[in-house]
Amino acid sequence: MGKQATRVIVNGKSYARVVDARLTLADFLRHELNLTGTHLGCEHGVCGACTVLVDGRTARSCLMFAVQANGCKVTTVEGLAPEGELSVLQQAFIDNHGLQCGFCTPGMLMTLTELLRDTPDPSEQEVREALTGNLCRCTGYAGIVAAALDAAQRLRGAAAKPGAR
Amino acid sequence: MGAKHFGARVTRLEDPALLAGRGRFVDDVKLPGLLHACFVRSPHAHAMLRGCDARAALIMPGVHAVLTADDLPAPMRDAPLPLLLPSPALNAAPTQTALARGEVCYVGQAIAVVIADTRYIAEDAAAAVIVHYDVLPAVADCRVAAEDGSPGAHNDLKTNLASTFRLAYGDTDAAFADASHVFREELWQHRGGGMAIETRAVLAHHEPVSDLLTVWSGTQTPHIGRRMLADLTGRDLQSIRVIAPDVGGGFGPKAIFYPEEAVIPAAALRLGRPVKWIEDRREHFLCATQERDQYWDVAIAVDDEAKILGVRGRMVHDTGAYVPWGIVMPYIAASTVPGPYVVPSYQLETVVVLTNKVPTTPVRGAGRPQAVFAMERLLDRVAHELKIDRAEVRRRNLIQPEQMPYEVGLTFRDGKPLVYDSGDYPRGQDDALALAEYDDFRERQKAALEQGRLVGIGLANYVEGTGLGPFEGVTVRVLPNGKVAVATGATSQGQGTRTTLSQIVAEQVGCRLDDVVMTAGDTAAISQGVGAFASRQAVNAGSSAQIAGQAVRQQLIALAARALGAEETDIDLDDGVATAQRGNKPSIAFGDLARLAQGVPGVSLPIGQSAGIEHTAYYTPSQAAYCSGTHVAEVQVDAMTGGVKVVRYTVAHDSGRVINPLIVDGQVQGGVAHGIGNALLEWMQYDANAQPLTTSFADYMLPMATDVPTCAIAHIETVNPLNPLGVKGAGEGGTIPAPAAIVAAIEDALAPFGVRFAETPLTPERIVATLRAAGAYDRLFAG
Repeated sequence: MGKQATRVIVNGKSYARVVDARLTLADFLRHELNLTGTHLGCEHGVCGACTVLVDGRTARSCLMFAVQANGCKVTTVEGLAPEGELSVLQQAFIDNHGLQCGFCTPGMLMTLTELLRDTPDPSEQEVREALTGNLCRCTGYAGIVAAALDAAQRLRGAAAKPGAR
Repeated sequence: MGAKHFGARVTRLEDPALLAGRGRFVDDVKLPGLLHACFVRSPHAHAMLRGCDARAALIMPGVHAVLTADDLPAPMRDAPLPLLLPSPALNAAPTQTALARGEVCYVGQAIAVVIADTRYIAEDAAAAVIVHYDVLPAVADCRVAAEDGSPGAHNDLKTNLASTFRLAYGDTDAAFADASHVFREELWQHRGGGMAIETRAVLAHHEPVSDLLTVWSGTQTPHIGRRMLADLTGRDLQSIRVIAPDVGGGFGPKAIFYPEEAVIPAAALRLGRPVKWIEDRREHFLCATQERDQYWDVAIAVDDEAKILGVRGRMVHDTGAYVPWGIVMPYIAASTVPGPYVVPSYQLETVVVLTNKVPTTPVRGAGRPQAVFAMERLLDRVAHELKIDRAEVRRRNLIQPEQMPYEVGLTFRDGKPLVYDSGDYPRGQDDALALAEYDDFRERQKAALEQGRLVGIGLANYVEGTGLGPFEGVTVRVLPNGKVAVATGATSQGQGTRTTLSQIVAEQVGCRLDDVVMTAGDTAAISQGVGAFASRQAVNAGSSAQIAGQAVRQQLIALAARALGAEETDIDLDDGVATAQRGNKPSIAFGDLARLAQGVPGVSLPIGQSAGIEHTAYYTPSQAAYCSGTHVAEVQVDAMTGGVKVVRYTVAHDSGRVINPLIVDGQVQGGVAHGIGNALLEWMQYDANAQPLTTSFADYMLPMATDVPTCAIAHIETVNPLNPLGVKGAGEGGTIPAPAAIVAAIEDALAPFGVRFAETPLTPERIVATLRAAGAYDRLFAG
């Protein structure tokens, strides 16, 4: 099996590994780096549970090889807030019952993190359309949509004040 | 004392870890020396096994073993998996063996398992295992399978009829003979899957020093799994521990004990290494149990005022290749038909048929969506034929609150008479209609039509037997650090069980919610357990939490009174501190009381004091708890494409007293989403040879964020008189009436074309075909 060296910056930390060329980025994150917050729900690019940010843009880590991320900056759910803290979006998920089993949640958070960064004042329809790449079987999406809109509002409020994250 | 935690909109204790990516699902558990499994599965729906050649696989680097049935321990090697729910109505009770022996009866049935260093290598090696088959004729359609001369789903069975039974009361013959009107419908609900986003998962580890076999499993029923595993391995119950850690959704299929849950532990025992298997999505489509396939031929007899005189008919239920849960699901369906209505006579013949498809067992709703679909479609037909508003037809037939408790005349699946304990069905329907602005709908519809938009409204009512026994247990124990440990056999796949039970215990014991330490889904935590199905845990575990919490409260008060030299009636418990409400209000923390209760080595305890502060309760319900509700769906249909958009959805829901409205609303909303999937999208397709054709999320559609509106929800809280909390289940009611309401709404939207629908899912393809057959396009294009 072909091995290849890969160097990836994950959540701000640099990792150099020699891995099987066919190792997916998702398995690399989960099993090589022990970042098990990224989940696998279908391994064929539909459910979106494995969504991470690669160089700031959402990507299906099940459809990428780890070696394709060579030289990239990857952000996973573990990188959304410092240890022991929660981002505004994560807190909004708690307040709006945006999760039940929590398995799809990391992918939802990554997709919405990108959306709220690029579209600070999204309409409900924009939130829903952004979420069509992420399946949730538990919640019926209502709490997730509400959390996204709530977080957007809080972030806009915070952006008006200096020093807010 | 007013409630502080019970009934409050408490945010969930589960959330912070899950949001930070620190959940602990089976695939997150890391053990040294871990090996990975991949199953070799039948590509044929029906075949005899003529040998298995694993030589090519075994020489691949990194492959440790290829196991077939002969390599399994006795009695697992030969014995079929235990039938969990036996019934005298079962003619034949086939369950599968852990690994197939002799015959395979559905695509995906496990034949061998490859154990290797990595999942990647295991998958390569599984593809290199050569299995020889003699392919046999397979039967996919249960109506065909029920006929004489059909191919047999099993070689050794003379018939495909697993069971035939009749549920009946009253005189249907007389009712139908005397009725002013009789209407008959042929209906079909197609099968779909549970489709939890986390697939099934098993990790087994045998620790030789303690001889303990530990199994992490993504199951809804760890205690049942442990019992099954003990039976299949011949091990003592005490030497097996099954842990359901965080589980990423259940929805029914994870309540079953599967072959993989036997084989992976057997492999770990044989190889002396921990072994993990994570189901992939394709396997979930092939091997995880499914539900809904039922064909109904039903008729309703009514008088001129649309009062129901009787309902009768026949239902054919596809149970798939095996019957791991007996006839529970068709039985539930058959007994759910009368629902919230006064139905003076009823008779349903049910035929349970074996086919060469993956077995059907309960999926969220468990037979009830089909039954409600049958009853509600009949009532819509009555309304249509007699030209009476659909809500009015229902109103005339609803059981009135003063008729409670209402005895239907059947026996429910809990073995007890079907007696509705409580409920206010007319109020439920009225509240839902008011919230949905039903009375104004015709104006909205007219305005939409003027803009060229076809919109429609539909409603459906249901009653659901929830909270089934036999029991669930809760232990409450005060710890020396002042925290309160709670252990339960209840399990969570996202229902917020930890939060809900913590609310109940904190309320009773008088501690902070954050100080409740919960252990759920671990057979080591409590000796007896059942698990999650039948919307049963709030009733069963919730009641046990209440009883155990009350007992611990009494112990705390007695001990505090003694320690503080006060009367028991003067002791208040709050925030983990016992305070005497007299004098200078002396107090003592729970932790100090817990230390006192442990005594001093060698010194007798005071008379009347027991060891520690703890109590275990196993609440056993006397019968099911009957929740109810009304759903109103408003849809917009594109006649050209058959596309349906659910634009508005309203629910009135009675699950008794609400422990946490945040969580109950979430259960209802999520259930509705599942119902929308069943109504419009989810189509598990098999060809005539029972070969599954939809085995990815690209082929099988789950509802997306753009498919599910945020529901308006009204709570009707009629207190259940039969359990100490007054609660009823809430997990499945969102799903049950949704297909009936949505299909009715589509029919209403397309009323200008006079089309009627009798099946789900109602895909765009089916809608267009129906419109075309009705000449709709000729009219549209002519216009």
